[in-house]
Amino acid sequence: MKNICLHFSVHQPFRLRSYRFFDIGQDHYYYDDFSNKSNALTIAKRCYIPMNNLLLSLINANKGALKVSFSISGSALEQFEMYTPEVIEGFKALAKTKCVEFVAQPDSDSLAAVNNTEEFALQVAENAKKIETLFGQHPKVLKNSGLIYSDSLGELAYEMGYTAMMAEGAEQILGWKSSNFVYCNERQPRLKLLLRNFKLTDDVSLRFASRVWCEWPLTAEKYMGWISNSLLKEDVVNLFYDYKTFGEYNRAETGIFDFFSAFVALVVKAKGISFATPSEVVENFQPISVLSVPQYTSCADEERDLSAWLGNNLQKQAFDTLSPLQRIVRAVNDPALTQDWNRLQVNENFYYMSTKFFSHDAGRTPYQTPYEAFINFMNVISDFAERLNQFPMNTRFSVLTKDELEQEIAKHTDILKELEDVKKKISVAKKQPAKKASTQKTEATKSTAKTTIAKKEKTAAAPKAKKAEPKKAAVKTAKATTKKKTTKK
Amino acid sequence: MKVLMFGWEFPPHISGGLGTACLGLTKAMLRQGVEIIFVVPRAYGDENQNDMQLVGANSIRVKINRYQFGEMETKRSNLQYVTIGANLVPYVSEEEYFDIINNKVSVDRQFKVHAAASTGTIDLRGGYGGGLMNEVSSYAYIAEEIAKQFQFDVIHAHDWMTYDAGIAAKQVSGKPLVVHVHATEFDRSGMHVNQVVYDMERRGMHCADKVLTVSNLTRNTVINHYGVPEDKVTTVYNGVEAIGAKSSLHFEKSFDDKVVTFLGRITYQKGPEYFLEAAAKVLQRKKNVKFVMAGSGDMLEKMMWRAAELGISKNFFFTGFLRGDDVIHMLSISDVYVMPSVSEPFGISPLEAMRSNVPVIISKQSGVAEVLQHAIKVDFWDVDSMADAIYGIISYDALGQMFREYGKKEVDSIKWDNAAKRIKEVYKNLSENR
Repeated sequence: MKNICLHFSVHQPFRLRSYRFFDIGQDHYYYDDFSNKSNALTIAKRCYIPMNNLLLSLINANKGALKVSFSISGSALEQFEMYTPEVIEGFKALAKTKCVEFVAQPDSDSLAAVNNTEEFALQVAENAKKIETLFGQHPKVLKNSGLIYSDSLGELAYEMGYTAMMAEGAEQILGWKSSNFVYCNERQPRLKLLLRNFKLTDDVSLRFASRVWCEWPLTAEKYMGWISNSLLKEDVVNLFYDYKTFGEYNRAETGIFDFFSAFVALVVKAKGISFATPSEVVENFQPISVLSVPQYTSCADEERDLSAWLGNNLQKQAFDTLSPLQRIVRAVNDPALTQDWNRLQVNENFYYMSTKFFSHDAGRTPYQTPYEAFINFMNVISDFAERLNQFPMNTRFSVLTKDELEQEIAKHTDILKELEDVKKKISVAKKQPAKKASTQKTEATKSTAKTTIAKKEKTAAAPKAKKAEPKKAAVKTAKATTKKKTTKK
Repeated sequence: MKVLMFGWEFPPHISGGLGTACLGLTKAMLRQGVEIIFVVPRAYGDENQNDMQLVGANSIRVKINRYQFGEMETKRSNLQYVTIGANLVPYVSEEEYFDIINNKVSVDRQFKVHAAASTGTIDLRGGYGGGLMNEVSSYAYIAEEIAKQFQFDVIHAHDWMTYDAGIAAKQVSGKPLVVHVHATEFDRSGMHVNQVVYDMERRGMHCADKVLTVSNLTRNTVINHYGVPEDKVTTVYNGVEAIGAKSSLHFEKSFDDKVVTFLGRITYQKGPEYFLEAAAKVLQRKKNVKFVMAGSGDMLEKMMWRAAELGISKNFFFTGFLRGDDVIHMLSISDVYVMPSVSEPFGISPLEAMRSNVPVIISKQSGVAEVLQHAIKVDFWDVDSMADAIYGIISYDALGQMFREYGKKEVDSIKWDNAAKRIKEVYKNLSENR
């Protein structure tokens, strides 16, 4: 029996509001509620609700012959809860049919896997927990954001308790090989790999409604013909769709729902071909070979690597500014900050800064240019970092390594020294009129020097106030000069 | 293919962007193998004319008796001049304009009457000054003579001052006329349109066989405000000259503060007040920034008062009008260039800034916004966005790097050669369809 493995990934990022630099430190709310709500509602109406209903009726009608799998990001779940809880009910109903498998993913659909495996593991565990409480299933298969995969990630996934991982059937790793087999990780052969057949997946998600495509109109028979053709010699076709393919990218009027029903009917009737969930596929087939993936692959763009998210300097700087905050966020463990942290992680925030599609990708980003996306995101992170800094030093410093602590101590002792020097100068200046008591006073200052930092900060405030005065004077003179200029004219 | 081209100015004797544009365009057209007879009101003799024929209208012999001098000699009162002149003289050198408005200069000086020399040539001064209207009409008259004396296939007229000349040449020769709209009266005067200029522009566009505009923004103005049929109007974007020897000059910044620059005429059309308000917003949060408003114009004084009122004079500098190397100096120490124009048919200056590796913020109400990708585009009135963009570029280093990397490449691809190719095609179609 050959298999078709259907997977739908469900994800809704939180869009950021236009966050100006003057909001930094003033306003800590980052989200565009209006567009988030309207997006969630319209997509639910066009895609999530009708497609959930369709799947449920097809599963019931075919008595278990249709099997599908889902991965749902935390930010999508959060928005469903906020705006359209009936979508979650729909998933629950699907979960009860036992024909639906839920797959774990990083909860924020983030890029944590790239540079912080600890955070990656945390986020995956978080998502698995949510799925278990909502749908009563413990995920056994892992799907990373954007199908990002490499040998070391696969190894990590196995250590985290997953038996299989989904990845992209990218040409740069497959070469002459076919994506229509089960493979296994090079370092940990027990971790199986399911590779997306991107040609057949994109035929539906990208090209279904495209009238300039030579295969348009795509009928279920034609599509099934291509699939059964490849399954003559090969084991499994992995069709991993973005769930929005059904109803959003291809609207109902393109006939996408009818196409899907017809396709399911054809597969159910077909001899030797059946639907299977990812776990079943892994059980049904032995890995045909080891697949070596030393560098990251993903499902994004033609390059199928990380360049869609971390391809240019804007993206790199934004990512490098955000990532180091992770340790502090986890140490502080404040619910509001963690929530913001999770929402800021979302991979789209970096995708919007991509400079690859300057002109023709307008629909996918809420920003007019990658530059605006970058400025907005950086403003938000600046505020976020400031909020983190307001937490007591002991929590913030508890995450530092030994070397970093040494550096901090060195930095602060320097400041202390300078403060001491200033203090001495002031006391010397005071003493000059009364020379007789000078010896006594120097002893007194020495003893106060050993007192707490708080007192020193008070004394430091004094010279600051003095410095401020000449500044004001400068402003006055500047004003005066400009007035002179204008009067001359 | 030989073109009779009417311009108003030609480098080095220029007062606005038109001369620079004409030079860039003609050079590129010569590279395309088009022969050009370029007519300007006055040739000084030091223009670069290695490859083309530059004809000064002042050296053309005309019959004096056909010209009505009487009218021109009547003196006009101050008041009359200002009402007509204010809108009539769009590109007068700024200081001069300013003085005229305030009646500081006797208008007689401006109105030196053309005297026909005994040789039979009419003396034209060129440039944009008081007697512009008269010069325009005498230019048209001389154009007729030129059209009789030279052989050519197409007539090409740049901006409204030369449209009448173009029409006259067309009537005499019967050759097709192309008018090139670098700016319209609506760009120069907002909604306070000078009827005389408008009429002249409209006449030129309607008499022309083809109208070229420098952007779709201008194309829309031409279609909507001048009633020109859509299929007659074609957009040909300007280009920018490749870097010359001059720009090898490099100046080092002698301080650490970031520099944000506005460079242009300080007039309503260029939106200086929006730059100033955005500066005030940025300075609320960031102190180590210097804002520079370089240029002169009728709004300069108002801007200085406003800066003082906002209390930002300490960080806000007025340089006055900059020339030559000073411009390059200014650009090379700038970290951001802002062009907040209220209405800008094209706007070459951001391209020059990008050529000097300076990130640019441009208004969406400029033609150049249609061409540029690697620039931040804001509405001219959206001071918040503008301030945010300025703050972003000076605060987040990666942004500047990106602009330097991509902006330079992009500017290098915006060439006059592309414009010249398109125009050559237009010529070809016109002469073939005759």
